[in-house]
Amino acid sequence: MGKARDALLSGAVLLLGRRRRLPRPDAHLLPPPAQQPRAETAAIALLFLAALCATAFPVIYFVDAIPAKTQYLGLSIGLALLFLAAALVVAAQSVIPTEELAHEYPPDEHEADEEYLAGLVEESGKGFTRRGLFKLGLFSAGGALGVAALIPAVSFGPLGVKEFYGTPWRKGRRLVDENDMPLRASDIQEKALYTAFPEGADKEEQGSALVVVRLPRSSLTLSGRVEGYDADGIVAYSKLCTHAGCAISLYRAPLFAPDEPRPALVCPCHYSTFDPADGGSVTFGPAGRPLPMLPLSIDGKGELRARGNFDDPVGPSWWGVRERRPSP
Amino acid sequence: MKRLLVIALLLVLPGVATAANGKQVYGRYCVKCHGPNGAGTSIAPSLRNVGALAADFYLRTGYMPLKRTGLQPRRSRLLLSKEQIDDLIAYVASLGHGPPVPKPHPEAGNLSEGQHVFATNCAGCHQIMARGGYVTHAVPPPLGDATATEIAEAVRIGPYVMPRFSAKQIPDAQLNSLIRYVQWTQKPDDRGGWSLGRIGPVPEGLVTWFFGAAALVAVCLVIGRRLHG
Repeated sequence: MGKARDALLSGAVLLLGRRRRLPRPDAHLLPPPAQQPRAETAAIALLFLAALCATAFPVIYFVDAIPAKTQYLGLSIGLALLFLAAALVVAAQSVIPTEELAHEYPPDEHEADEEYLAGLVEESGKGFTRRGLFKLGLFSAGGALGVAALIPAVSFGPLGVKEFYGTPWRKGRRLVDENDMPLRASDIQEKALYTAFPEGADKEEQGSALVVVRLPRSSLTLSGRVEGYDADGIVAYSKLCTHAGCAISLYRAPLFAPDEPRPALVCPCHYSTFDPADGGSVTFGPAGRPLPMLPLSIDGKGELRARGNFDDPVGPSWWGVRERRPSP
Repeated sequence: MKRLLVIALLLVLPGVATAANGKQVYGRYCVKCHGPNGAGTSIAPSLRNVGALAADFYLRTGYMPLKRTGLQPRRSRLLLSKEQIDDLIAYVASLGHGPPVPKPHPEAGNLSEGQHVFATNCAGCHQIMARGGYVTHAVPPPLGDATATEIAEAVRIGPYVMPRFSAKQIPDAQLNSLIRYVQWTQKPDDRGGWSLGRIGPVPEGLVTWFFGAAALVAVCLVIGRRLHG
């Protein structure tokens, strides 16, 4: 308690004392500090290292070519905070002389005490030989950290939002499996679940992955926007659940249709259940909109190709998801 | 005379499964739903061309005969004797040109590859340690009692609402690895110690918070007391 009050008081005195800096006699309150240029250099170097690490954060944030971004983002902020802490520890331990105030005094109206305190604070800075450089280091570390903390707000848009609507799917683009082999219509069997990607595009991209299944043509009830989106009973949907963006990896595929539950694409996270025969409509669970469907065609060689883009934005829903459609 | 000879032969070789005996068992337990000669009816699928593979799977797991239609078949006590099952499998196999009973070699598989294949294709429903789970309207069973042959069969059949995986999606070599992994989950070595049912991060988290965090607080209290005392 007493310590906190002293700290507050000395802070206040520092601010007030700055304004009316009285000329002080040359007598020292503290014994002359043992100046430690090496410790000071170390503290300054650590500060600039902190600034460098914090500056790396926006760079990593904006450069898409960097793999495992999340880990590097964490590393840059973590190292910056670590270096900053180390710099402050070094400065406090070896550069700034410390003087403990054990004596209590009433606040205010004791000019002599105030002056004494102001003097203490002023002299405590005497350990620095390169004040300016240290300050610069402190400001650049703090500034860079501040910028790094604010940068992720860019994700709120409108700069990055375009990605939500854009997908690599274009008319004529071939469907390939995870080993980049083109998917042939004859390979797609009923009752099995296939994962497909756009040929030559980044498989990690949000709009890339598809689930592909084959259903009896007579069972399909595709209407409205997705009418005719199938290719000979083969249908393709975005693999990302429209609820929270997990991968649709469960396929409920009845062996004997009359007696068993209908075919369904199910998300393992919260059991959102989609009807692949009905344009991906939601039949159960928390998802709020159908799975985006990709129109398919079979080319002359029997390979599957996209006939355009999805009918709806892929991935989890967000505010205003229904305002726009992906461009074809 | 010929019939006598056959009967005599059957008496001499009781261990040999015959489709003729199987047909009798079929008439008693199966024909009501699957129809005469396995042709299928409106309440049960045709058994033509399903082969010994499917018959072996459904009969040895106790999935069939089903108590009543519309239920999900589950692993249950075997109603038929081993001989009856052998005969029935021979009969169903004689109904068409289906696949034979597979002979997997899990010892030739690679455990790490098996885990990868299982995580990609199976863990969504069966849970990564094969403890089973839920999908809407069905219960993916735990695989604790599954034999190597049954696993190989189930992958190719896709019983009930499970998808089927062709030899193109999961080649036989990968299937061996997959089975090896499932067998490993049946007797895992639990290097961390207490397995907590092997049902994932929720019980592990609970233990961490209630036991681990409490222990940390206790340590802090002890340290604090020492400093003050």
